[in-house]
Amino acid sequence: MTILADIAQKIRSKNAGPFWITIDIFCSTKESYARIEQSLSNEQVAHILGIPKEQIQRYDLPDLNVIKFSLPRPIVQGTRYDRDMHGASFANLIAEAEILDEAGTS
Amino acid sequence: MKKNITTKVLIPSGALGLSYDRAALHAGISRNPNIIAIDGGSTDSGPHYLGTGTSKYSRSTIKAQWRELMLARAEANVPLVIGTAGTCGADDAVDWLAEITREIAQDVDQDIRLAILKSSQPVSRIKTALENDQIKPLEPVLDINETCIEACTNIVALAGVEQIQKALETGADIVIAGRTTDTAIIAALPLARGCHFGGAWHGAKIGECGALATTKPNSGTIMITFDTHGFTVEPMAETARATPYTVSAHMLYENSNPLQLYEPGGHLDVTRATYTALDDRRVRVTGSNWVPSDIYTVKLEGARIGGYQSVSLTLIREKRYTNNIQTWVADVETACKTEAQEEVDGNFTLELRIIGLNATLGHLDKTAKIGTEVGILAIVTADTEGTAQEVAKILNPYLLHHPLSEQEEMPTFAFPFSPNEMFRGEFYEFCLNHVMILKDPMEAFYLTVEDVPQ
Repeated sequence: MTILADIAQKIRSKNAGPFWITIDIFCSTKESYARIEQSLSNEQVAHILGIPKEQIQRYDLPDLNVIKFSLPRPIVQGTRYDRDMHGASFANLIAEAEILDEAGTS
Repeated sequence: MKKNITTKVLIPSGALGLSYDRAALHAGISRNPNIIAIDGGSTDSGPHYLGTGTSKYSRSTIKAQWRELMLARAEANVPLVIGTAGTCGADDAVDWLAEITREIAQDVDQDIRLAILKSSQPVSRIKTALENDQIKPLEPVLDINETCIEACTNIVALAGVEQIQKALETGADIVIAGRTTDTAIIAALPLARGCHFGGAWHGAKIGECGALATTKPNSGTIMITFDTHGFTVEPMAETARATPYTVSAHMLYENSNPLQLYEPGGHLDVTRATYTALDDRRVRVTGSNWVPSDIYTVKLEGARIGGYQSVSLTLIREKRYTNNIQTWVADVETACKTEAQEEVDGNFTLELRIIGLNATLGHLDKTAKIGTEVGILAIVTADTEGTAQEVAKILNPYLLHHPLSEQEEMPTFAFPFSPNEMFRGEFYEFCLNHVMILKDPMEAFYLTVEDVPQ
């Protein structure tokens, strides 16, 4: 099984203001970008983060070999049940997302 | 001859309080900038700072760095502007930095003209604006009403370039601004001098975190040169390089939309921007587009008390307990809640997070495994200080001695402190995600000028 961390160069999650999280997946090659872009679905990201898939905004940026996801924070920054003030740990969950092999199977 | 409007903005670092390379700052000063601009904060460290109107960084750090920038400013003989002073940009934080500024001016014997732009909003103004339908929600939509506005300990509006330009027009040597957008302090002078609109806002976004848009983020200092068509990025540290990749990738940073950026008075669109390497360390950007809006809006931020908290940490090394930690935690929560509800007045919540299992991500972490020890971070949050402290004390013996079953000797776990519960006081939460419509950009901001020493 291949996970995102095996083929992406860097995965970063940050707050974009108190109410949004943004996740940047940096790829070092066109090939890894294409593979992740095809395999990693909005449904998969929504499932991992426990939110409805309609809330996901996605930007495929081939010029940068970057795939970006932005979503309303599952828990608003700094509220009672927030565990991560800067939202940086969500990247670890995305890093463990399963990626299909080149033939499109897992 | 046509006036030269090329404008060089020197950005010492991503924020006052962060480290930067002093040689890079001095290199920047020797290049004759037109202005020095630095950010003083953001919401990223959480609602406490806006809630209390205080700075995240130590006064000593801020004073040491601000002193260096004031000396650099005097050497360059250009204005120095800081936005979002004191982390949150509330009036108390602005007053705090103004006081530090006066102390330094005296210490280093500088005569300066100081402009102070305040962004705090009186509750009455926000309530009136709400009644007059001048407050509009952003996504995700939060409910807003009079009660919520009255509960805020601080509300700030984010100034744009118009208010910073007014402050610069006073002839100020130093501008201390309350909450502003990160970009406004950088874009203000280039726009006032007639530089390209899209280029000014785009260059300001690239420069707002200092050298983060280069190969050497910690070097801090960067120069953005604005002109009639676009802008050029050049790091000031000798070994740092800006490349089309490092510059264009910065649009991703802490930004939900990498192609558009909303500001007071319009939005930036970089869809058609081109990034060209001038050499191996400078990048030229053109093709950025500014789209003006019909109405002028400023974003609001507000924080209110969300409750009072007490936390405690318990360490568990006993294998039978670590192996059954989720059962134990559920037992402790139930037992403590039951007792506290019988004995204590007031509303509270109790949450036990298992450090060493899934304290970081909670139920989202589906592959978490237990190690040889766990920490239990217990968080009591209540409507009043008294309830939080009472419930935390009721919890104490459960955390120390609660057995997994009644048929075993009472265990004792490790408390690192006495008392083990740490009262955190009030905690704050952000409660506005709105913009306010203004007829005149200055109507919600307050500008004063003083000569220091007076």
